[in-house]
Amino acid sequence: MIFDALTLQLGYNATLVTLGAALLGMAAGVGGTFLFLRKRALVSDAISHATLPGVGLAFMVMVAMGGDGRNLIGLLIGAALSAGIGLLILSWLSNRTRLNEDAAIGAVLSVFFGFGIVLLTIIQTMTSGRQAGLEGFLLGSTAGMLRVDAMVIAISAALTLALVLLLRRPLTLASFDPEFATSIGQNVRRTDLAMMGIVLAVTVVGLKIVGLILIVALLIIPPVTARFWTERADHVVILSGALGGISAFVGAALSAALPDLPTGPIIVLVGFCLFGLSLLLAPGRGVLSAVVRHRSYQRRVHLRQGLLALAQGQPIYEKLTLKLLRNEGWALPDGVATDQGRARAARALLDETRWQLIRRDPSFEAAAAHYDGLTPIERVLTADQIIEIDGRIPVPEVAS
Amino acid sequence: MSLTLAARNGQSTEAAKRAASPLAIRGMTVSYGQKPAIFSVDMTVQPGSMTAIIGPNGAGKSTLLKAALGILTPLAGETTAFGRSVAQVRDRIAYVPQRASVDWDFPTRVIDVVLMGLYGQLGLLGRVRSHHRARAMDCLERVGMDGFATRQIGQLSGGQQQRVFLARALAQDADLYLLDEPFAGVDAATEKAIITVLKSLRDAGKTVVAVHHDLSTVIEYFDHVFLINTRRVAEGPVAEVFNEKTLQEAYGGRLAGAQMDALGGVLA
Repeated sequence: MIFDALTLQLGYNATLVTLGAALLGMAAGVGGTFLFLRKRALVSDAISHATLPGVGLAFMVMVAMGGDGRNLIGLLIGAALSAGIGLLILSWLSNRTRLNEDAAIGAVLSVFFGFGIVLLTIIQTMTSGRQAGLEGFLLGSTAGMLRVDAMVIAISAALTLALVLLLRRPLTLASFDPEFATSIGQNVRRTDLAMMGIVLAVTVVGLKIVGLILIVALLIIPPVTARFWTERADHVVILSGALGGISAFVGAALSAALPDLPTGPIIVLVGFCLFGLSLLLAPGRGVLSAVVRHRSYQRRVHLRQGLLALAQGQPIYEKLTLKLLRNEGWALPDGVATDQGRARAARALLDETRWQLIRRDPSFEAAAAHYDGLTPIERVLTADQIIEIDGRIPVPEVAS
Repeated sequence: MSLTLAARNGQSTEAAKRAASPLAIRGMTVSYGQKPAIFSVDMTVQPGSMTAIIGPNGAGKSTLLKAALGILTPLAGETTAFGRSVAQVRDRIAYVPQRASVDWDFPTRVIDVVLMGLYGQLGLLGRVRSHHRARAMDCLERVGMDGFATRQIGQLSGGQQQRVFLARALAQDADLYLLDEPFAGVDAATEKAIITVLKSLRDAGKTVVAVHHDLSTVIEYFDHVFLINTRRVAEGPVAEVFNEKTLQEAYGGRLAGAQMDALGGVLA
């Protein structure tokens, strides 16, 4: 069943939903990347909550004009307009008043959402409102998705991708170094506006599938996940799009295969699984690799300190140091050096002595900057330089 | 009659100087809230000079540069560069912001940062070709950072980061270089590398303006100086205007006697 869903063999509607969701996931992942890099992730939460009054008002207007209040395009236009107003108020509050952006986000988010809920309640009491199904916009509902809905999502997703591709350089500059961007003539405010426009478009289009409460997850989780795997902004964009697409595809397929599982939340949970795996396992920035790196560093520090202590005939107090030295076969349980340990200790002491010498000599300043107590001096100086250094010093005594 | 003529002549030579200047600022006022950070500041940078902007903390040194470039919006005042509006000649100006102004954990490598210096020329969609990369590597080599091209920028020391910023400015191949505290918090090796590059730019006929905080190196590094403390205090060749009187005026009581004594040896 799940395999059928993943290979798009669960019938027309399920296929439509799955493909639509995957496209939306890609667009959200790509569009959310620069929001994340600009450190304005939560602005998207304000935008998404600000769509609700627009949905309600659009329904009322369409009914008042004698049409079908549930027309998706009409509802989305309403959502976009009210989200746009929310965004304007947000940027006015944070730029022109003493409110910080976080407080402004809280204010816009709660006021718009509250107003939206009031409108939805009023619609419930209208005769034409009973069957409106507008609650679906809160958490998403894919049950009645039409071909035209899928087309709207596909076109918007394609436009978002194209726009991000076109604006990738200004978006990167505005996120990394807005002052430099301004100095080369870029209008950073306009770039920010374009970024918000992209996010707004993704949000509005995603309302139908994941709903306004969870769309923020689709915008933010993929770039955060992607960031674990790469140190390049352009790669974060591509990876984030791929991760968003995969999460949405798998999530939508799962919810199609297993009855009663809501699409939006499942997509978010799939995305979270990818995030969790990356958090743990990513090579440079993951938790496990950080622990391994720290352990290995600690081990090298202890070994070095232990060797220097042996070389100078000092006792070794720390248990970990002694244990590591014994494991290497450099010391006996009572802390006395083995032959091999003595040779190692002598080398460590020579290395340390050479380091201390070049650290005192201004002409070696650049090389001395690499001193961390662990790097062998051979890595920073040429053989000739080392001979020159050794000429200046008495050969260090080795405890025998 | 002759007086007004002289005055008019004076005015027109002033105007001619501004038109020839790589950076001329007139009547610039910038305020944060109701308190001006700089007030009615005039500055005329000499072509081909190396000018230090000096003054105490909070004197408006960085603000002056930012306002000139349009990074801050001034309340009043106008800036011309090479006799034209700054917007018209941005491709001839390279700006090096303060190192602390950016997030060094940003996912970008050293070479990518230097390539940003070519964005103006690449436009939105122009592809980065091998000659662009070669150019970026050349710039990195000039600041002694070519061995770090593929490092993530957060892995560099402060001095190395500053040199990468300078390499980005070199990639812009500008005629006017504006640097905000390029020597702040860097190691001596970096300071030497940076000043060597800046002097080579000046020797190639470019103009260099740097916000500077270390009074003891002003004479060694710069040929012109601009003293500011919210208002302009003095401006001109180091030998003429960098002296105890102007320093006292710019720093007021804030320049400790000991600092003054230390400078005593180098001051004219």
